[in-house]
Amino acid sequence: MSEEPEHLVKSFDNDLKRLRGLLTQMGGIVENQVALAAQAIMDGDAAAATRAVEEDPKVDALEREAEQFVIRMIALRQPVASDLRSVVSALKITGELERIGDYAANVAKRSIVLAQFSLPYSLAGLAHMATLVQEHLKTIIDAIGEQDAEKAVEVWRSDQVVDDMYNAIFRELITYMMEDPRNITPCTHLLFIAKNLERIGDHETNIAEMVYYAQKGEVLPDTRPKGNSAAYAVVRPKE
Amino acid sequence: MSEIMSQSASFGGVQARSDAEINAARIAIRNLDFYYGSNRALKTINLELPDRQVTGMIGPSGCGKSTLLRVLNRMYDLYPGQRATGEVMMDGENIIAPDVDLNALRARIGMVFQKPTPFPMTIYDNIAFGVKLHERLSKSQMDERVEWSLTRGALWDEVKDRLNTSAMGLSGGQQQRLCIARTIAVRPEVILFDEPTSALDPISTLKIEELIDELKHDFTIAIVTHNMQQAARCADQVAFFYLGEMVEVDTAARIFTAPKERRTQEYITGRFG
Repeated sequence: MSEEPEHLVKSFDNDLKRLRGLLTQMGGIVENQVALAAQAIMDGDAAAATRAVEEDPKVDALEREAEQFVIRMIALRQPVASDLRSVVSALKITGELERIGDYAANVAKRSIVLAQFSLPYSLAGLAHMATLVQEHLKTIIDAIGEQDAEKAVEVWRSDQVVDDMYNAIFRELITYMMEDPRNITPCTHLLFIAKNLERIGDHETNIAEMVYYAQKGEVLPDTRPKGNSAAYAVVRPKE
Repeated sequence: MSEIMSQSASFGGVQARSDAEINAARIAIRNLDFYYGSNRALKTINLELPDRQVTGMIGPSGCGKSTLLRVLNRMYDLYPGQRATGEVMMDGENIIAPDVDLNALRARIGMVFQKPTPFPMTIYDNIAFGVKLHERLSKSQMDERVEWSLTRGALWDEVKDRLNTSAMGLSGGQQQRLCIARTIAVRPEVILFDEPTSALDPISTLKIEELIDELKHDFTIAIVTHNMQQAARCADQVAFFYLGEMVEVDTAARIFTAPKERRTQEYITGRFG
């Protein structure tokens, strides 16, 4: 966490503050979207699903606002060093948040289809995965607001668990589909839902990388520690 | 955490090329101290000016950057009570040693000042004057040298039809380019610029910056500037000075994206108080 002294030009600080405000505001809406989407799947709550989808235009509008604001800051302030890194990172973070919102909306839409099926198995694994993804989202949005590189690294490291859970759910769903072809439709939707949650996790780590770079001026290494991915085993060419 | 921090990484390639871009030293400043009487204005400066590249020197007023330029061409010798200790090595010779021939040194290390300082004589004579001090040239050789210098100074096309008119009739930007041409005329190895554009309008400023970019193919250049964007645009390497110390030196790309020192960071982002 860095406590930098203020700019001699105070309005520059106000601009940076406003930009961070836009990001956390956007983050708050996206967080809510993911929570609503999770609720929609677990409880078959169609109203929650609709609300999750309806939040999307707000996120898009904020993304455009932040983008315009960044362009304006670059043109008028010509930021350098940590200011430049903050502004460029903010631009990229808005894109990541917007994607997360899209995935949440997609999960919500699928929950409506899913509600038409009676599922003979537990969704505990998916519920756990959704909870983890939400926790990470909350932490990373706090990290943006507090400019906290340590918190960002925490999220960046813990995405491994989400990936592992996705692989476990993948295997589980394949098993159900093999047991009974009538499971194929709901399980395919569940698979897409799990994939969307896994992708949300990836975008959270992207945000973590931006926060870290903005703070430290260095980038996190290209590769996170990754386990063997069962989900890719079927498409991996034989050695 | 620590193993992450120690990983070298690149963001847009900026960090990866941090070292590779800088040429070998043309001038090596080692443990240089400078005193105005008892006031120590430069404190143990260690800095290399890379060959045929531009070194930008930035820092608040009174930080010692202009003093360093004055040391490099021994301007301080004109004033009693000013002295330098340490080494400024160029071609194996310590150019701040007392036995150095100052006229020869100043022909090798030229300087351009903040305010254009043309001599009150014709454009032609402004160029020829310095050359005559160092070389004996025939009329045709001198004509050639004047044309060459003014061409390199990006002024030839504008003045070739009025070489015998007074230099005082030129605009500020033209006068500054004349001073640069005059500096080039004696074919120096190093050119020092002390805030060369602070008295010029933006277009004249860009012309000088373009000229500096051209000149670095043949000359080693150091430029002191208060305009940080100018340092970012012109310099290959940037050194930040504060209170007589050189705080940090690195590629311009590194200094303006991710400087290592907190004081550099605070200065260039405008957080200095």
